[in-house]
Amino acid sequence: MRTICLRKMEQKQGGTIKAVKASGELGRRIRDMGLVPGTRIKIQGRAPLYDPVALRVGDFTLTLRNNEADYIDVNVD
Amino acid sequence: MQATIALAGNPNSGKTTLFNALTGARQHVGNYPGVTVERKEGLCSVGAHTAHIVDLPGTYSLTAYSEEEKVAREYLAQERPDVVIDTLDASNLERHLYLVVQLLEMGLPLVLALNMVDVAKSRGMEVDAEKLSELLRTPVVPTIARTGKGKQDLIQIAADLAQQPVNQTPLVISYGADIDKALLQMQSMISEGAFLKSYYNPRWVAIKYLEMDEDVIVKGHEANPDLSDRLTAVSARVAAHLEATLNMDPETMIADHRWGFIRSIIQQGVITRSNDSDRLYLSDKIDMVLTNRFAGPIIMLAILYGLYQIVFTYSAAPVEWVEGLFSWLSDTVSAILPPGMLQSLVVSGIIDGVGGVMGFVPLIMFMFLGIAIMEDTGYLARVAYMLDRVFKAFGLHGSSVMAYVVSGGIAGGCAVPGVMAARTLRSPKERLATLLTAPFMNCGAKLPVFALLIAAFFPANEALMMFGITLLAWMGALVAAKILRMTIIRGESTPFVMELPPYRMPTFRGLATHTWERTWQYIKKAGTVILGISILLWVIMTFPGLPENKAAEFEAMRGQVSAAYPEAAALELENAGEGAELSEQAQALSGALAAVDSQEAQAALRNSVAGRIGGALESVTQWAGFDWRTNIALVGGFAAKEVVVSALSTAYSLGETDPEEYQTLSQTLAKDSSWSPAVALALIVFTMFYAPCFVTVVCIAREAGSWKWAAFSVIFNTTAAFILAVGVYQMATLLGY
Repeated sequence: MRTICLRKMEQKQGGTIKAVKASGELGRRIRDMGLVPGTRIKIQGRAPLYDPVALRVGDFTLTLRNNEADYIDVNVD
Repeated sequence: MQATIALAGNPNSGKTTLFNALTGARQHVGNYPGVTVERKEGLCSVGAHTAHIVDLPGTYSLTAYSEEEKVAREYLAQERPDVVIDTLDASNLERHLYLVVQLLEMGLPLVLALNMVDVAKSRGMEVDAEKLSELLRTPVVPTIARTGKGKQDLIQIAADLAQQPVNQTPLVISYGADIDKALLQMQSMISEGAFLKSYYNPRWVAIKYLEMDEDVIVKGHEANPDLSDRLTAVSARVAAHLEATLNMDPETMIADHRWGFIRSIIQQGVITRSNDSDRLYLSDKIDMVLTNRFAGPIIMLAILYGLYQIVFTYSAAPVEWVEGLFSWLSDTVSAILPPGMLQSLVVSGIIDGVGGVMGFVPLIMFMFLGIAIMEDTGYLARVAYMLDRVFKAFGLHGSSVMAYVVSGGIAGGCAVPGVMAARTLRSPKERLATLLTAPFMNCGAKLPVFALLIAAFFPANEALMMFGITLLAWMGALVAAKILRMTIIRGESTPFVMELPPYRMPTFRGLATHTWERTWQYIKKAGTVILGISILLWVIMTFPGLPENKAAEFEAMRGQVSAAYPEAAALELENAGEGAELSEQAQALSGALAAVDSQEAQAALRNSVAGRIGGALESVTQWAGFDWRTNIALVGGFAAKEVVVSALSTAYSLGETDPEEYQTLSQTLAKDSSWSPAVALALIVFTMFYAPCFVTVVCIAREAGSWKWAAFSVIFNTTAAFILAVGVYQMATLLGY
């Protein structure tokens, strides 16, 4: 199992969140949406200019910008 | 007794639909005092009683991070509703339980509306409501808000709960050994000191201190600085310990444990899935096309353009009806009241001013209907997603595009609904930057001004000029937004952590309520202030009027003109009804008299307060090539940009001119020695960027939540416009235009 940054994940790639390094406002927002260690995610797609990125988290789709994805490490499948 | 029931829930949980289903027509909307968050309340009958229902803004959490969350939390903590109903999306239960956990931790009497059970079923998910209720120790009622199914049970259970004494034991979750120990210690300190007792339960306050919640800490410090400091010290010690041993802060730890608690509940058999959770839902399949790298942007442009066309095409007729109604009203009043000051005040000041505002109503209704459709189907979130990268570069947010397009991003829009469309932005800084810059777009009222000047000075390149003007407006707005975001609205961009809600078919009722609520707010709030300002503008363009000797001079001139024609012509003119055929001589006389009238109007305008202001401004505006007549037109343009053209024609003594019929004025300007292409260019630039019309200014004040921003937009825009106009004029003059 490899750990990489969320930004580097490829289309349709899945994995489990290992760590969320953001604190403050951004960290709170990310955690409020359920992006915490142990959560399964899958890259659903990227916007036409490759940023933001859309993720499937549980039963819904979440978007975040690449510079926000930098704070999230994922154990990819 | 009347129970107060608060309705909480995540955005997109069907909360608003449920609110509408419960309250029917008996609801009213306003804003929370001091903030722009909507406040909705309504009544609902339960048996023989009536319940008072308060719809809280949709929130994912109660961390007091966004304005919505602050409002919701303050309401729950301070106003203490008898019961809280939390709406959950059954097809997305896990995420929605996060808010539930927070509500339970506050110790609020709670009923859960397990909504959209039908959607969950269609996705092959079965949620065991009884099991969920048992595990959370709180009532759960399955509902389908769209059809109203389950709403009777829900309200009955909520009303029953409201009758019981409020003695809810707050939910206690373990946050790991370190935090639990600190919490116990802090709890006893809080209980002993009866600290913040009127608002929250001790454990909850302790948790907030560990989470470093600014709002609660500030309140605590006011209440008891000493105890507050000791609590902060405990929390700092735990934080240092966690940092050293686990490299984590307490806030993260607490959130992780809450999610752990939720997962353990879900895994105890609350959800049964009959198919693979990885399968693509219909919504995802639609997204594969609509947000596709290549097709997505093209479809988006087509949809935005189409929406714009529909709105402005279909609102044209009703706008005409309303305008017709007001012109009928002003004709009628003119016929009843004798000519003079009073007639002028009522007709030109009040009816025309208010009519000008009310004329927008159908347009605004259509625009809001369009936005409601995009919002309720879930497409607006996709637009924000696709455009975010571009707008972020200028310090804005993907959702800003709607406000820009509506304001005239496609030439011919209107800044009033545009500024109001900025509501769809949740992030306060980007929203402020958007509503301050949206009026730079070329609204329909600026177009006659551009058309006039282009026809006069650049007849060879009309299409090219119009295209250039549109580009310039976009550039101006984006650059101004960037400047604002780097100076007075500075700050990190708001995270784009956003949900892409599943596509849904909007309900007719939802669309109708959304549209009507916003339109009514516009009519009600804008209407009152605008009446005042339009009277003020009438005053400065009317008073002090001509001095008596001057007025007598014009009267004498009329006499001379009449004397030059045979008496028969004057008599004929006097007795002729409207639209009657006149003889050649009478026509000539009528024309000559009209010329005197318009000279008098010009002289009166020159002497009015506005005229004097225009004259006084000449010393400054000459740098941009504007004389006093242009200045008056621009002062009048503050009322509405259409006035620029009509005031110019008055000042150039053409009498009454329809803003659409600019041909004669255009010829006059082209021949006038004080005009040149350089002046025209400077005026185009100035008109594009200077103070928004007053209806827009009123809307900015409402939407930004303070008159300070409205004043700022008037001053900032006018200054920026002036600098640009001077630059353009001086440059063009140097180049010999």
